[in-house]
Amino acid sequence: MGVRRSSVVRLPPFQTLLDDHADSVLRYLRAAVGPNEAEDCFQETFLSALRAYPGLRDASNLGGWLITIAHRKALDAHRARGRRPVPVEHLPEAADPKREGHSEPALWRAVRRLPSKQRSAVFLRFAADLDYVQIGQAIGCTDVAARQNVRAGLATIRKGWAR
Amino acid sequence: MNERIATLVARAEREGLVDVAYATTDSPLGTLTLAATPAGLVRVGYPDTDTVLQELAGELSPRVLRAPARLDAVRRELDEYFDGRRRDFDVAIDWSLVRTPFRRAVLERTARIPYGETATYRDMAEAAGSRDAVRAAGTALGANPIPVIVPCHRVLRTGGDMGQYAGGPERKRILLQLEGWNKGV
Repeated sequence: MGVRRSSVVRLPPFQTLLDDHADSVLRYLRAAVGPNEAEDCFQETFLSALRAYPGLRDASNLGGWLITIAHRKALDAHRARGRRPVPVEHLPEAADPKREGHSEPALWRAVRRLPSKQRSAVFLRFAADLDYVQIGQAIGCTDVAARQNVRAGLATIRKGWAR
Repeated sequence: MNERIATLVARAEREGLVDVAYATTDSPLGTLTLAATPAGLVRVGYPDTDTVLQELAGELSPRVLRAPARLDAVRRELDEYFDGRRRDFDVAIDWSLVRTPFRRAVLERTARIPYGETATYRDMAEAAGSRDAVRAAGTALGANPIPVIVPCHRVLRTGGDMGQYAGGPERKRILLQLEGWNKGV
């Protein structure tokens, strides 16, 4: 059973996934959920990955696979936050994004207020550097729809920025 | 990042998700890659670490993580051994990488050769129940996944010639000399 599988897909030692992709997963999560929640999401992402790893059938894009898991953890975090009272740091002080200049955190915070699909698509495109096919796979739509979500998200943000 | 990874590995250990823990250690034989499963020490590797880890991922489980704490005891015992302060190892062994009963019998017999003493390939074949399988015993010893701890360096040719060694003859010579064996080495 296991022997047969490993002769088809040769999975590298999990340590190499950590060595190669921990930085990019963390960068993505910091953008997607903010620096505090990124820590928990990071742990959850790699623990989930480690649980699922021996059953993985395709080792051709391990970085993309990890980002997809990180994306799901980010969605969980967004949902959990929606059920909680809004913490002070998320009060709409960034409704005026220009107050903080064009610093990246303010921009990411603006993205975090986008509708779910647009938010995911923008983060996966610009914080995780996925292409549209990969984004489509991660959020469950076609690459064309993924591109539209990115474009719509960017348009909304640009409007907020220019105000 | 290091602290973040340490937290992750500790959680993975608690949840039983680290099938193979590894660490590296310096020694007079060069860098050794040490690997353990929950059952015990499974590999002491002479080749470069990446090669050893690839082999472990393919043969045992791809859940291979750097978790040095699980190998602290082995590393300490190896340090003591190379300092001449230890003659026996007291670590649990996982024989998973030894695939046939004959090879396992040869290596388990080898593990009982005392410090400073030697045996022959023929002795080992005989002890494994097949007096004529000298060549097979040599192959079993050459494929020993746990050298040093399972002291295949103590097995010599009949007549006292050093014979071969998976880590190369120089490493075998160093180990034998360390144990005070200097006849013709």
